[in-house]
Amino acid sequence: MLTFEQLALAQEGFRLEADFSLSPGGITAIIGPSGAGKSTLLSAIAGFFPPASGRILWEGQDLAPLAPGARPVSILFQDQNLFPHLTIADNLGLGLRADLRLSGGERTKVAQALDRVGLSGLGDRKPGTLSGGQQSRAALARALLRARPLLLLDEPFAALGPALKAEMLDLVAEIAGETGTTVLMVSHDPADARRIAGQTILVAEGRTNPPEDTATLFAAPPAALASYLGT
Amino acid sequence: MARGAFEIVPRWPGAFALGLVMALVLGAFGAVLARAGALSGVTTADWAAARFTVMQAVLSALLSAGLAVPVARALARRRFPGRHLVIVALGAPFILPVIVAVMGLLTIFGRAGWLNAGLALLGLPKVSLYGLDGILLAHVFLNLPFAVRLLLNGWASVPAERFRLATALDFGPREVWRHVERPMLRAVLPGVTLAIFLVCLTSFTVILVMGGGPRATTLELAIYQAFRLEFDLGHAAALASLQMALSLAAAGLSLAVARPAAFGAGLGRVADRWDRTGRRLQIFDVTLLAATGLFIATPMIAVLASGLPWIAELPGSVWIAAGRTVIIALAAALIAVSLALATGLLITSLSARPARLLDAVVMLAMTASPLVIGTGLFLILRTFTDPIALALPVVTLVNAVMAMPFCLRVILPGLAALRTDYDRLSASLGVTGLDWIRLVALPRLRRPLAFASGLAAALSAGDLGVVALFADPGQATLPMQVYALAGAYRTDQAAGAAILLVLIAFGLFRLFDRLGDRDADL
Amino acid sequence: MKVTGIAALMIAGYLFAQHAAAEAKPVLTVYTYDSFASEWGPGPAVEKAFEAECGCDLQYVAPGDAGALLSRVLLEGKDTRADVVLGLDTNLTAQAEASGLFAAHGLTGTVLDLPVAWDNPVFVPFDWGYFAFVYDKTKLTTPPATFEALAASDLKIAIQDPRSSSPGLGLLMWVKAAYGDHAGEIWAALADNIVTVTPGWSEAYGLFLSGEADMVLSYTTSPAYHIFAEKDDTKAAAAFDEGHYLQIEVAAKVAGTDQPALADDFLRFMTSPAFQSIIPETNWMYPAVALEGGLPAEFAGLVTPEKALLLPADEAAKMREAATEEWRAALSK
Repeated sequence: MLTFEQLALAQEGFRLEADFSLSPGGITAIIGPSGAGKSTLLSAIAGFFPPASGRILWEGQDLAPLAPGARPVSILFQDQNLFPHLTIADNLGLGLRADLRLSGGERTKVAQALDRVGLSGLGDRKPGTLSGGQQSRAALARALLRARPLLLLDEPFAALGPALKAEMLDLVAEIAGETGTTVLMVSHDPADARRIAGQTILVAEGRTNPPEDTATLFAAPPAALASYLGT
Repeated sequence: MARGAFEIVPRWPGAFALGLVMALVLGAFGAVLARAGALSGVTTADWAAARFTVMQAVLSALLSAGLAVPVARALARRRFPGRHLVIVALGAPFILPVIVAVMGLLTIFGRAGWLNAGLALLGLPKVSLYGLDGILLAHVFLNLPFAVRLLLNGWASVPAERFRLATALDFGPREVWRHVERPMLRAVLPGVTLAIFLVCLTSFTVILVMGGGPRATTLELAIYQAFRLEFDLGHAAALASLQMALSLAAAGLSLAVARPAAFGAGLGRVADRWDRTGRRLQIFDVTLLAATGLFIATPMIAVLASGLPWIAELPGSVWIAAGRTVIIALAAALIAVSLALATGLLITSLSARPARLLDAVVMLAMTASPLVIGTGLFLILRTFTDPIALALPVVTLVNAVMAMPFCLRVILPGLAALRTDYDRLSASLGVTGLDWIRLVALPRLRRPLAFASGLAAALSAGDLGVVALFADPGQATLPMQVYALAGAYRTDQAAGAAILLVLIAFGLFRLFDRLGDRDADL
Repeated sequence: MKVTGIAALMIAGYLFAQHAAAEAKPVLTVYTYDSFASEWGPGPAVEKAFEAECGCDLQYVAPGDAGALLSRVLLEGKDTRADVVLGLDTNLTAQAEASGLFAAHGLTGTVLDLPVAWDNPVFVPFDWGYFAFVYDKTKLTTPPATFEALAASDLKIAIQDPRSSSPGLGLLMWVKAAYGDHAGEIWAALADNIVTVTPGWSEAYGLFLSGEADMVLSYTTSPAYHIFAEKDDTKAAAAFDEGHYLQIEVAAKVAGTDQPALADDFLRFMTSPAFQSIIPETNWMYPAVALEGGLPAEFAGLVTPEKALLLPADEAAKMREAATEEWRAALSK
């Protein structure tokens, strides 16, 4: 269970509060106007943004003392998810061992993860030689290898075309379902939320609203969401 | 970007590196001061020397940087066979041992030089370049090519889209200059000018040989005199502090105007340019490049030609000294780059204001008088050991520290970009500390690190200032052997040994540069 | 040239960079100037000859030129490692003597062969020479015979800076000794003849050899090197009617030495034929003691000044600052 305990995030001219819990498993979308703090919330969970006050807990454990890499979290950013100078296999290997000294067994796991996301045989390539969709798959495969209970998606598929994006979202849903991973995904697009997220968090006007059933939320959007959606 | 929430590498190595540099520079200065008891007064002659020092350094810096602008501009918008070679050769004069460069220049511009021979053929009077003209000529020769190379990196940093936009808006060269190139130069040029100013501030041999007489008296010579002739350490320390104050003031001024230039390693990949049509512009660029090439190349060719035949006849001891020099240079390069990387990591983990301050402080090491550092270190070391026995390690360390600010300038821009782009990814994967250095920093910064290593190795190979104070005859380095040969009437062999030194310095520089180029993924 | 040979030499240079492991023999440490200790100076031969008879290990420390040498000794003060300091000249000895760091040599019965009388109880001369302007006979047929003639000519000379070089300081004293209160006028008149002022001897000499200057401040003995090593007799020193300033190079025992007996032995050895015969063809100066077989052949045709000039050491030290300022002012106009 992910708990925001009287959490407040603050930056110059910006403040965001959150105080609720999120039950484990399932996919939750985070939606709201630009600049509301959706990405900042993910940054705080991942350990890049220290809270002004309050705590973030996972299974009752305060995350504050943990370095980003030690948190029970994998995160995919909008871009720069892969090191361009490392091969795809090495990029994936970092998900298993940060020093990249992989055992034979670990190498096999890397190959299996590549197979799982449909990148079989591309392990020796550098990211620059792959298409955008393939790069996204590789990043997702690394999250799969890391096997952290929480997966944060900060719009990693925003640059992909609609069909490719849908494909990736489905792959996320599949993998999350198989592994029981809790997924939090930031999105601009209500369609993304409707496609795979069971529940949705609305971030607006300095507040993070507790999750609601996605279908219910969009059926009767509150004022802040309505104005964002333009309905 | 505000950091502090997470840490990729600890700050202590950077703090240690900075501490080491500061301890060496300030500690040596302090040791001289402590031995002296008190600072002596600065005399009117010293103030005159200070004025001349600043004047020649300002003129040298403005001329070198100013002339570098059109040359770099022409080089940035032209493509021609051998362009890569030209850019590589631009690194050469800066790392030439100064006396070699001066001899090369005199072969062309001296009283008995080619220029005057040509003038005599035409029945024209001789020109003499000794005096301020000569100093400026030599400083421009040494620094212009380096400035061009730095400015080229500035041009390379302009996104190709900017030039595409300029074309879409039907800009001519003048508009490109105003809207694209001038803003870039405003960011880059002050730092380049500052670097040259600082290098010229402590120039010694050029000023004495080309200066023509005591009108050209600098602070560095006054320090020399205080140590060697008056044995007035208090006076030497007072002059050294004056020199440091001048460099700090200059650094402050330049930082206020802009950020220091990126001494980047880029080889100036050309953005596609559509604004270089026009016959007159083309003639201008070609003429400018040809003239610059001639100015840079002829003295080097002349000095090579005069020394090369003698290399084969150099005695074994010169080769042994050469070996020592290569090893010192390699070790110093390794240390310098490590120090610079550690310091750079510290600086890039700080917010803008303290980062700038540290940046300025590091510049101090660039302008410290070798004589003060050497003497101070000697005083410190001899309290617990025999400094002569430690000569090679000490010389290596001092060379590394003196080269470190240059290395920092080279790697800082790339390092900052790397951290902005990949710190979050590295942190989220737990790739930190030594893993991060090995897996991310070294491969990603390969080019600037290699360029910095080459620069540090070449600068260390040519060092004479500190080594002469420590080394005994059994531990001579190649620059010492050059002087020993010249001091024993063996001028020809000295020229040969000097060319060997040039070949070593340039060879090391090229070796590293090539390592950086080899399958770099950029 | 064999590449492997070069590589081997380079590695050897590093491996043998440190002093050879300390032997049981007593060590005599001699501080000297760089070109004395260098492979091409008298140092190696002197070391070999002395070690053959002393049963000791002679080690040189060479912190630079003569100025750097004195500065190093003064910097180290009483606890200097030096047992003997070799290579100061009379322009520096007053300062050295005043430091109280040197002991009387106690040598008696040495018959010196100097153009002037020598009775200093601390410093022992080991060689000497006359400063002179050296020129190329093929380019200059009638060299000037006085400073005034030089100043009146349009000849170009290269000199050394008295603030960083001992020949430079020697020239300063030369003009002072010859012209006294009128030295400033001579310098002012010479100003347009001076191509440039270099930090040390080698830069000026290099400029002369490459044709940048018609004459260079050096020694009357300089042409001997070219005759000996290059079979080139085109170089000559111009004889000046005012007389030529002397450079007398001396050595002294350090008062606090832990090898007093060895140091005494060395000073005695220094005035012996074994040492003195090495000097002419390595340091290109005159030996301080007459050689039994006379001077080497190439010294035969050298200019021998009618008159030797030398300011007493304490006088030279006293007037140095004012003379330097006079020089600076005259050449800065």
